[in-house]
Amino acid sequence: MIKTFVIISVISVITIFSIGQKRALSHAMFNHSEPKVGETISNCPKQVRIWFDSPLEPSSSTVRVESESGNRVDNFNGHVDLSYATILEVNLPCLSPGTYQVSWKVVSLDGHSTNGSFAFTIE
Amino acid sequence: MSNILILINRILCAFFLNFLFLLSMPVYSWAHGYAGKRFFPTTISIEDPFVADELSFIFNYLKESGEGDEPPVDAFELPVEYTKRITPHFGISIGDDFRRLDPVGEGAEYGFGNLEVGAKYQFFTSAPHESLFSVGVEAEIGGTGNSSVEAESFSTISPALFFGKGFGDLPQSLEYLRPLAVTGVLGLNFPTRSSTTTSTIDEETLEIQREIEQNPITFSYGFAIQYSLQYLQSFVKDVGLAAPFNRMILLVELPFETGLNRGSGGETAGFINPGIIWLGKYIQLGIEAQIPINDGSGKNLGVLGIIHFFIDDIFPNSLGRPIFR
Repeated sequence: MIKTFVIISVISVITIFSIGQKRALSHAMFNHSEPKVGETISNCPKQVRIWFDSPLEPSSSTVRVESESGNRVDNFNGHVDLSYATILEVNLPCLSPGTYQVSWKVVSLDGHSTNGSFAFTIE
Repeated sequence: MSNILILINRILCAFFLNFLFLLSMPVYSWAHGYAGKRFFPTTISIEDPFVADELSFIFNYLKESGEGDEPPVDAFELPVEYTKRITPHFGISIGDDFRRLDPVGEGAEYGFGNLEVGAKYQFFTSAPHESLFSVGVEAEIGGTGNSSVEAESFSTISPALFFGKGFGDLPQSLEYLRPLAVTGVLGLNFPTRSSTTTSTIDEETLEIQREIEQNPITFSYGFAIQYSLQYLQSFVKDVGLAAPFNRMILLVELPFETGLNRGSGGETAGFINPGIIWLGKYIQLGIEAQIPINDGSGKNLGVLGIIHFFIDDIFPNSLGRPIFR
C-alpha cells in the first residue's frame, strides 16, 4: 500500500508538470567553434565564434580570450549574436603567433549555467 | 468497492499534497552533475557523487549460476529511481525494482523488490579541479517487496561516501588524458537482522526443517573510470567527431562488495562493466556488459542498460529545481 501511494505520488507530480509545460529548455552545451578547439592556424582570426545547442541569455553569457601570460587580448565585446541566439562571439585584433585561451560562460534561456575553455594556436 | 474508494482517495490526496508542495517552490534553477566544465553522467552500477533532479530506469539481465541442487536462474531486473533536490546540495531518493526470476525448468516468478529510500549531501565541489564529494545514506526497507523474488524480510542501512574527480587540470603535455574522470563510492551495509531463519515441512517425514541464513555486514566499493568524448571535443581538441559520437562517454564500472563477518569475512563479489553512455539534451542512454570477477559473482555475462531523464532540464521552472534555494 505504501508502495502504491508512493508510485501514485511520483506519477501525479510528473503529470501535473507535464500539463502546461510551455517550453522545455536545457543546459546550453558546446557544439563547435571557429577557430576549432585545439586548432593550429596560420592566419590571424578576426573573431572567435562558438556554437551552442540551445539559445543563450545575452545579458549573462560572455566570452574572453587570453594570451599564455594571462593578458586579455580580445576587443572586450563578447556577446551573443543578435541574429542567432545560439552563437557566442568576440572580436579580436590581429594577434601575434602564440597559444591563446578562450574562456566562455553561458546561461541558457531557462537559467542553467555552463562554462568551458579551450585553446588555439597561431603559428 | 471499498478498496477502489481508498485508492481514489489516495490519488486525490497525492495530487493535492503535491500541488501544495510545489506551489511553495521558489523560482530557481541549478545545474546537475557539473563540477566546473566537467559533466559527470549518471552511471549504472556506481552511485552518482552529486545530487540532482533525475529519473532513472535501469534494466539488468544476468543468468545466475545454480548452486548445489538449485537450477540456474534467468534474472531480469528493472530498477527505477527518482531523486529530488531539496536544496541545491541536498537531495532525497526513492526507488524500487521489478524482478523476473526464471529458474530453468521451473516457473518464473514476478514481483517487486524492497522499497529503497535515501538522502545525500554534496558537501564539496571544486570547479577548477573538477571534483565532488558527497555523503549519503540509503535504506532498503525490509518486507516491502515480494519474497518470491528474493526481497528480504529485513532492512539494510547503507551509509556511504561518494566522490568524483575529472582530470581537466592535468598539464598541457597530458592533454589527451584530460577527458578522463573517475567516480566512486565507499560504503557499508548494515542488515537490521543478523540471520534469517526459514522453516519448511518435509512432506515425507512431516518434520519441520529450519535453515538459518547469515546476513553479514558488507563493504561496498566501486569505481567508474570514464573517458568523455564530449569533453575531448569541446575543451581539448576538435578531432572531428560528429553526432552521436561527440556526446559519448566510454567507461568501465567496477562495483565490488566484500563480506565482513558472519561467515563471509573476506569473500568478495563484483563485476567489470565496460560500456558506453550517450548524453542527449534531456535524456541519457547507456549500455554495459557485466563480467563477473570470480565464481562467487557468477559465471555468465550479463547486460545492463539505462534510460535516464534530466528532470531539471525537462522541467526547469517547476519539478526540476530545488525546493529551497
